[in-house]
Amino acid sequence: MQKILVGIKRVVDYNVRVRVKADGSGVATDGVKMSVNPFDEIALEEALRIRERGEASEVVAVSIGPEEAQQQLRTALAMGADRAILVKTEHPIEPLTAARVLLAIVRKESPDLVIVGKQAIDDDCAQTGPMLAALWERPQATFCSKLEIRGGTAVIVREVDAGLETIEIDLPAVISADLRLNEPRYVKLPDIMKAKKKPLDVLELGSLGISAEPGLRPVRTEAPQPRSKGVMVKDVAELVSALRKRGLA
Amino acid sequence: MSKILIIAEHDGQRLNQATARCVTCARQIEGGEVTVAVFAAAPGPVAAQAAALAGVAHVVTVEGAHNAHALAAVLAPQVAALAAGYTHVFGASTTTGKDLMPRVAALLDVPQISDAMAVEGPYRFKRPTYAGNAIVTLEAPPARKVVATVRTASFEAAGPGGSATLRAVTLAVPLPTHTRFVTVTAASSDRPDLASAAKVVSGGRALGSKENFQLIFSLAEKLGAAVGASRAAVDAGYAPNELQVGQTGKIIAPELYVAIGISGAIQHLTGIKDARTIVAINKDGEAPIFEVADLGLVGDLFTILPELEKSLAN
Ligand SMILES: Cc1cc2nc3c(=O)[nH]c(=O)nc-3n(C[C@H](O)[C@H](O)[C@H](O)COP(=O)(O)OP(=O)(O)OC[C@H]3O[C@@H](n4cnc5c(N)ncnc54)[C@H](O)[C@@H]3O)c2cc1C
Repeated sequence: MQKILVGIKRVVDYNVRVRVKADGSGVATDGVKMSVNPFDEIALEEALRIRERGEASEVVAVSIGPEEAQQQLRTALAMGADRAILVKTEHPIEPLTAARVLLAIVRKESPDLVIVGKQAIDDDCAQTGPMLAALWERPQATFCSKLEIRGGTAVIVREVDAGLETIEIDLPAVISADLRLNEPRYVKLPDIMKAKKKPLDVLELGSLGISAEPGLRPVRTEAPQPRSKGVMVKDVAELVSALRKRGLA
Repeated sequence: MSKILIIAEHDGQRLNQATARCVTCARQIEGGEVTVAVFAAAPGPVAAQAAALAGVAHVVTVEGAHNAHALAAVLAPQVAALAAGYTHVFGASTTTGKDLMPRVAALLDVPQISDAMAVEGPYRFKRPTYAGNAIVTLEAPPARKVVATVRTASFEAAGPGGSATLRAVTLAVPLPTHTRFVTVTAASSDRPDLASAAKVVSGGRALGSKENFQLIFSLAEKLGAAVGASRAAVDAGYAPNELQVGQTGKIIAPELYVAIGISGAIQHLTGIKDARTIVAINKDGEAPIFEVADLGLVGDLFTILPELEKSLAN
């Protein structure tokens, strides 16, 4: 296998408790810590392991986002990606748009495998992988927790509601990474230095002839209904009697 | 008028309750007509169950050996073809629906609404983002088809009392052979199903081992509850992956949720926010789980659980 493409999204760090803006226009992101979407780190880690096993020769990281997404691509390069591509847009884009952009990159790069995270932890959509597979008319393996390349095919274990499902797919294909696929490596300082010299191409979304205009209009964003305050019980006896009062035990 | 097509989820024998929840969501679209589509090798029994759901007007079946397993790549072109006569196409926010529906949406060249949690109008829906910490209202263009997955925890299951018409259709669409089902290892089914159980007992990292996690199974048994787990407990191998509750596991809405030795990370809480009563047992009185708990008990689970079981037996 020649090439693996990995999707890298810049998102609000998973440790941040987001605040909804008072005017209902969205979530406050000024001064908030941004990171690589955790599932994309797992996707990248898997691509690197495939390359390190000698089953692929190049790993290309692709991000769609603002100028600052270069930081996340530098992280990807420091982890071990060979080069990176930023498709720049200042507008938040929908998964269908992301899939169209990735398809355009796929057409240029002809990868044998595309690995993305199963969902981004900001919009929680879980759409980009399967949408890309549909547009590309290639197989998809979502929620992947184990991956084995066997020549022109891959055997994938998927985490599904019932348990674990195994499927076999022909390559090229799109895979979406689940939590237990691997544990991403930590980036070391020398790797960060080395990453600075790796190629990072920047192109404008518009240059691909794709519109950033969303198909779904955001009407407003609001905070969820808070739960009403509960009570502390002092011991098991109190707990059991409270449960019985509610008809729960 | 809205015509809503719901893609049934099933195991070949039984209709998944998630589909009945989608029906409830679809019925909230005023003046909508609900059709359930059953793709299967032998759709008969599942179609009959779907036809008996209150509020379902029609059931269409698409029979074929290629539909024996829910492979998104094989189903999506069929669903896209069937969608021609409908304004909306819904699937459940299960792993099957999340796999299939975006592929359908892309084939139809429309965006998808993931995890619809409230219907504000035929083209207006609410959905959670940021692990449920920001709720977004979205409006889809009325001129296009609406493709959505339904957040099952937000809707009750439709009850019996329906008598839908049944119709078998054949779809002449080329199907890919590039994706092949191999096997599925399903958990033992003698326990209540986590996704639909009225009561759930969950254990976290604090259990410390697979052996100790039996304490959770044992308490669940006493309460007639399903078992859940935090990501940490699943990652550590104390519990299988299908028991994970949270942003990236199952989103559930039981009457009772008991969190034992679980800290209450936002990724976990988003999976249980709709539970009627949350009970937390944790030795750390400052644990964030207590911020959402209706009943909290501070203490060591290894002393509390045996006592609790004994008390429940009385
Ligand atoms: C991208 C992403 C997705 C994630 N998705 C999910 C998800 O879907 N579901 C999920 O659960 N997590 C998810 N997580 C992980 C989440 O952030 C937490 O790490 C995880 O929920 C912690 O699990 P825990 O509460 O069991 O463990 P811990 O946070 O370690 O908590 C253990 C708790 O047990 C208590 N304790 C210890 N000993 C005892 C004792 N003897 N008696 C009583 N209490 C005791 C401690 O006080 C502590 O509060 C995700 C994380 C990321 C980054």
